[in-house]
Amino acid sequence: MNANTTGKKVMSLALLVVGTVLMVGSLVMDFTGSGSPMRGPMLIIGALGILAGMYFFPTLARHRGIINFIFLFPLLFCFAVTVIIPLVLGIFYSMTDWNGVKMNAFIGLANYMTMFKDPGFLWSILLTFLFVVFNMVLVNVIGFSLALLCTSRLKGIGFFRAAYFLPNLIGGIVLGYVWQFVFNNVLVKITATAFGMQNSILANTPTAFAAIIVVYIWQYAGYIMLIYINGLVTIPGDVLEAAAIDGASPTLTLFQIKIPMIMSTITICTFLTLTSAFKQFDVNMALTNGSGSVANFLGNYLTNGTQMLALNIYNTAISKNSYALGQAKAVLFFIILACISLIQVRISNSKEVEL
Amino acid sequence: MRTKMKTSSFVILMAVGVVVALYTLMPFFLVCINVFKNANGIVANPVGVAGMSIGQLTANISNVVNNSNFNFWYAFGTSALITIISLALLALFGGMAGWVICRNKTKWSTAVYMTFVASMIIPFQVVMLPLISTFRDVGKFVGLSMLQSIPGIVFAYCGFGGAMTVFILTGFVKTIPYALEEAASIDGCSYEGIYFHIIFPLLKPSIVTVTILNGMWIWNDYLLPSLMLGQNGKVKTLPVAVQAFVGSYVKQWDLILTAALLAMIPMIIIFLIAQKQIMNGMVDGAVK
Repeated sequence: MNANTTGKKVMSLALLVVGTVLMVGSLVMDFTGSGSPMRGPMLIIGALGILAGMYFFPTLARHRGIINFIFLFPLLFCFAVTVIIPLVLGIFYSMTDWNGVKMNAFIGLANYMTMFKDPGFLWSILLTFLFVVFNMVLVNVIGFSLALLCTSRLKGIGFFRAAYFLPNLIGGIVLGYVWQFVFNNVLVKITATAFGMQNSILANTPTAFAAIIVVYIWQYAGYIMLIYINGLVTIPGDVLEAAAIDGASPTLTLFQIKIPMIMSTITICTFLTLTSAFKQFDVNMALTNGSGSVANFLGNYLTNGTQMLALNIYNTAISKNSYALGQAKAVLFFIILACISLIQVRISNSKEVEL
Repeated sequence: MRTKMKTSSFVILMAVGVVVALYTLMPFFLVCINVFKNANGIVANPVGVAGMSIGQLTANISNVVNNSNFNFWYAFGTSALITIISLALLALFGGMAGWVICRNKTKWSTAVYMTFVASMIIPFQVVMLPLISTFRDVGKFVGLSMLQSIPGIVFAYCGFGGAMTVFILTGFVKTIPYALEEAASIDGCSYEGIYFHIIFPLLKPSIVTVTILNGMWIWNDYLLPSLMLGQNGKVKTLPVAVQAFVGSYVKQWDLILTAALLAMIPMIIIFLIAQKQIMNGMVDGAVK
């Protein structure tokens, strides 16, 4: 027993020492400017050595705390480097003249001023809000109707459910190109022979916007439907039976019983469509890439007729290389989303109190 | 339970159901018939069956698979590797973190949990630009390439997926009776052993849920890999490869549609195998 503990202690201390030496060594190499390819692996092995040393350290009192630390560390470390640090840096960079690599000056809110004077950006905001409103209503109505359909006593319900959900599996980029094909080739072919319309609906800004909405509904309604189905099947059968015995018509049952009983599901779906429509990027990029002309918006001619916020941020930063401006837009995007989420939390909390 | 439906309403509902199903499946159908045609055949007749041949399909596929911009097998392998490793690490680390957070009611664990939950509202757009520069700097500092490398992307996915994973798994750990752990502890199980022998096996159903949610997101994600790997970098995931390929073959629909089909097939096969789990997992993730 005693020998065992001593052996463990020696091993643990050895690991701790080796780990620290490796880590410090690699950091020293970093500062001396050594380009050795062993630097990175050394650092990682060093960190693993320290963790292993802590794990084997023979202490009963601290063991729990050490394990807690080791268990939390990996995810927290990734999370801090990928989310927290960039978020803090991002908010800071939005007030500088950052160009993606370095910054020279702190310029306060100048980026925010520029952004609100840019008619293209204002158009994107307006368009995004329109898109969100349209989709929130349409996706929920369609999703709910499909859910009713899929909980009725039809034959082949399983197939319908799977078929409606299928588009949700495929990534927005691939979908966007497939639909671009459908609109530009198939639909044009049909409208050309039927009505003599030679133009694709993607060539015209309002119809192209409608096309993005159609594709979004096609992709998302099946998912929302699944959540509504989940809500509908939790309604107790005896309630519906009682209503039927009392002679309630199906319409009455729907509006007086089913909808009030799944209000929490409706809240979930509403906010899910809201945030997801707001963040829409992939389909927008693949389908139109934001192109489309607007003849007169606040006295300006715009060429980004179908460009929504997320794509506008991307293009500002990546295509036009204005990183700081793009970052300022992204911060605004974040603030809007945070407000939406806070409202959601409020609403679902107040609902819980009522119940 | 419910009264039997009238024949007329049954027919109407059935018709609506079939029409909507035809509409949702229509783009897939169009892709499937058009990959059997050559470019001219597609433009001349995108809806009909004229001009379809097996020979053309194999020609299209070999054109796409061997294309240096697309490089299907390489992109597929990269995507699969990134997805699988990220999912495994997220399940492992997420479960560990969720358990520690749930079983230690200290100020620290609550703070960590609240940070994770609050971070779920952070959109990718607000962190994406500084993320690239942070990764570049960290990569330079530790002497490892974090951008344009698979480990770097996996690291990023562990960071971004962590919050949701911990949130769902913590909720599930709460439902596991603490008495189980006490019993194991009395029987001489070590503290970490309790997690690996008792909790982790019980977590399986919710690990399936988070794996499906994260898997659908990681496999289909375009923005993060496109920013980290670059459009023309050596390493490409499937969505990035499709985007790069389409960019270089504007209007060559025979190749584009074949590429789209190849990109869709893996997901569809997985869906056909695990339909029920995927649909339940997606719902569980949203409702929780």
